[in-house]
Amino acid sequence: MEITTRSLWTLVHGIGFGALYLLACSGAIALLLLRSTTNVQNDSAPESNRILGIYLAVMAGLAWLTVLSGTYIVYPWYRAAAPAGIANLGAFPRSLLLSSPATRQWHSIGMEWKEHVAWLVPIAITMAAFVAIKYARDLKHSPHLRSALLGFVATSLFAAGVAGFFGAMLDKNAPVDGGQIIHLVKGE
Amino acid sequence: MGLPFAISQNSVPSVPNGSAAAAVLSAGIGSLAVALSTIIADQSAIAKNLLSIYKPTGALSGVTTFAVLVWLFAWALLEWRWRSRDLPLKRVNLIAFTLLALSLLATFPPLGDLL
Repeated sequence: MEITTRSLWTLVHGIGFGALYLLACSGAIALLLLRSTTNVQNDSAPESNRILGIYLAVMAGLAWLTVLSGTYIVYPWYRAAAPAGIANLGAFPRSLLLSSPATRQWHSIGMEWKEHVAWLVPIAITMAAFVAIKYARDLKHSPHLRSALLGFVATSLFAAGVAGFFGAMLDKNAPVDGGQIIHLVKGE
Repeated sequence: MGLPFAISQNSVPSVPNGSAAAAVLSAGIGSLAVALSTIIADQSAIAKNLLSIYKPTGALSGVTTFAVLVWLFAWALLEWRWRSRDLPLKRVNLIAFTLLALSLLATFPPLGDLL
C-alpha cells in the first residue's frame, strides 16, 4: 500500500483542512443560532462566548491552511504545462481535462470557480473570529452583529462547499498524482 | 471616510460597535476585490502577466495577494476611522452582504465572463 507525495498533499489540502472546515461550519452555525435563543442570553455565558471565539479562530486557521496549501502546493502541480507532443497527460491534470470536450468544463467552470471562490472563505471567517472575540459580551445584545456573523459563516460554508465539490470531482476526473512514492504498508 | 452614519438605536453594546462594522464591511470589500481582480486578470493579458507574481501558480497568486492586501488595507482604514464610534450595523450589514453576493456571482465563470 503506497501513496505519492502529490496525492498525500492533495489529501491533506482537501480532507485534512478543507473537509474539516466544512464539518466545523455546522458547529459554528449552531453556536451562533443558539445565541439567538433566550436560554443563553444571560450573563452566565462568558465561557460559551469564549469558546465561540476560539472555535471561529481555529476555523480561520483551517481556512487559511486550505487556501494556501491549495494555491501554492497543489495548484502548481495541477496547472503544470504538458510538453508538446506528449501522449500520456496523466501527470498534467489541467491539460488532461482540456484535451476532451467531455471533461473540458471541469476545468473552465469547476477549477476556475473553485480557485477563486475559495478565497472568500478565509476573509469571511477571519472577520467572524475577530468580531466574536472582540464582542464576546455584546453578541447577545446585538442581533445585527449575530446576523453579520451568521451571514458570513453561512456564505463561507457555501463557498467552501463549492470548492470542496469541484475539488473532489476534479480529482476524480484528473487526479493530481506523482512525485515520490511513500510506502504505507509493505507488500508480501 | 465621512459616511453619514447615525448612532445605532437597536443595541446597547458595552463597547462601540465601530470595530465590528469595520471588520464586516472590509470583509465585503475584500471579497469583491477577489472577484474584480479575477475578472481583470481574465480579460487583460497585461494584468494577467503583472499578477503572475509566483509563476507556478500564475495569475492566481497576484489576484489573491492583491485582494488580501485590499481587504487588510480597507480593514485598517475603517478600523482607524470607526473604532470609537457606534454605527447602524443593519446598514453596514446590508452593504457588506451585497458586496459578498456580488463576489459570489462574479467569481462564477459563466457570469464573470459576461462582465
